[in-house]
Amino acid sequence: MREELLRIIEKNSRMNLKELAVILGVEEIDVINELAALEAEGIICGYHTMIDWEKTSIDKVNALIEVRITPQRGQGFDTLAERIYRYAEVQSVYLISGGYDLLVSIEGKSLREVSSFVSDKLSTLDGVLSTATHFVLKKYKDHGTILTNKIEDERELITP
Amino acid sequence: MRNPLADQVVEIKPSGIRKFFDIVSEMKDAISLGVGEPDFATPWHIRDEGIYSLEKGHTKYTSNAGLMQLREEICNYLYRTQGIKYSSKTDVLITVGGSEAIDIGMRAMINPGVGEEILIPQPSYVSYEPCAILAGAKPVIINLKAENEFRLTAKELEDAITEKTKLLILPFPNNPTGAIMEKEDLEAIAEVIIKHDIYVMSDEIYSELTYKNKHVSIASLPGMQERTILINGFSKAYAMTGWRMGYACGPSNIIAQMTKIHQFAIMCAPTTGQYAGIEALKHGDDDIREMRTAYNQRRRYLMHAFKEMGLECFEPFGAFYVFPCIKEFGMTSEEFAARFLEEEKVAAVPGNAFGESGEGYLRISYAYSLEKLKVAMERLSRFITKLREEQKNK
Repeated sequence: MREELLRIIEKNSRMNLKELAVILGVEEIDVINELAALEAEGIICGYHTMIDWEKTSIDKVNALIEVRITPQRGQGFDTLAERIYRYAEVQSVYLISGGYDLLVSIEGKSLREVSSFVSDKLSTLDGVLSTATHFVLKKYKDHGTILTNKIEDERELITP
Repeated sequence: MRNPLADQVVEIKPSGIRKFFDIVSEMKDAISLGVGEPDFATPWHIRDEGIYSLEKGHTKYTSNAGLMQLREEICNYLYRTQGIKYSSKTDVLITVGGSEAIDIGMRAMINPGVGEEILIPQPSYVSYEPCAILAGAKPVIINLKAENEFRLTAKELEDAITEKTKLLILPFPNNPTGAIMEKEDLEAIAEVIIKHDIYVMSDEIYSELTYKNKHVSIASLPGMQERTILINGFSKAYAMTGWRMGYACGPSNIIAQMTKIHQFAIMCAPTTGQYAGIEALKHGDDDIREMRTAYNQRRRYLMHAFKEMGLECFEPFGAFYVFPCIKEFGMTSEEFAARFLEEEKVAAVPGNAFGESGEGYLRISYAYSLEKLKVAMERLSRFITKLREEQKNK
């Protein structure tokens, strides 16, 4: 049930316990216990909401930044990655194989705010060799959810 | 002027579903639970292979029986899922949906007009009976019973067999009841089939959608492969209804004659779909698993909702239909469905559209999102509460 439960709530964390129990074919108490275990084990890290900010009047700017860094003796990339992810503006930090080391995503209110974060904070850190900033122009799909258009049910109303 | 029409065709009753469809289509805001096809779109990698085949210019006929690579993949699939060995050269025919295979299979096997009988268990898919008539056979209906969870029993089969019986249609997992036949059930009827030396047309289009044990094909039982036409396709397993891709596997002498009809009537199944079908069989197992999991969640949800309403329904373990009993309300399936549509704006198909033995039942499809099913179940609950009140006040 663990995998199936995770897959359901990954898509819809608002489904209530009773409904979860029904569609998984188990008792409600089993769902409660399993969720508690998943939280305790750090497998469930939070219950977030998927928001298309574009459709609101609130301004947000997202950027993806390729960062090349010098690994440190005995610590590799971890210490510098930690210094970066502690900033509140930073949404995610991934260690990447290939032409650069870290892929950092940033969220800010304006281009200026993001730019100044990169030039003042990020690129001046000891060990950061270079950065390349890519601003997000449009989100088509995020976290497995298509944001651009709704899919209509094209089926005939009744078929054998 | 001379009558241009063939009596045999004119006499075939239009499908009961058609009648209901006309009422529903006038109602713009109705929610439908009446659809016999998946709500999922064909997985992208399968669509992509179809597109890619067009880009490469694969726009010609294939061989009549279908692309050899696709036939090989079908043989691999049936070997890995059922342990049945078919020869890709002689035992497989790619058809335009499972429906074509049903039609030409009967035509390849029946001598018209001499009273050869085809046994058709009902409730079942709407095309077996008309196809049997068009093939010149006499359709003989076996009425399946709710008390057997709409499975076909050896006794029911034996009672229906006469000297004229040639072919049994075996429609499991079943549309509209959701019933399945498990291995023991099949073993029991296989004995009768062999004893009376008849053939089987096993329509296994829902074979990937079972929620108890894995589907077992009757062709995998000892002595049955040589007397079974196995029909399957891509529509339900891979959500590919619009591609019209099906296939038939069976003894080479029957497949050869089916291929002959197919050659003259159809030429070959759509080429684009055949390329997509290869991709589906090679890399589609995870898609099936995901869709099956989603259907199973909805199935559990509906069974639970019926239980809470006190609506009688055996637990079905196949396809994507539930078949609740509405006899307690003292009206026919059609009356119930019409009022449900009129008063709650929900369309479900009356059970008798699938044969007389479906009278007193309603086919509810769960090829819909949970959110939609929830709204529909709230309305069903309200509706039957009202009907029970009415009955009390009578």
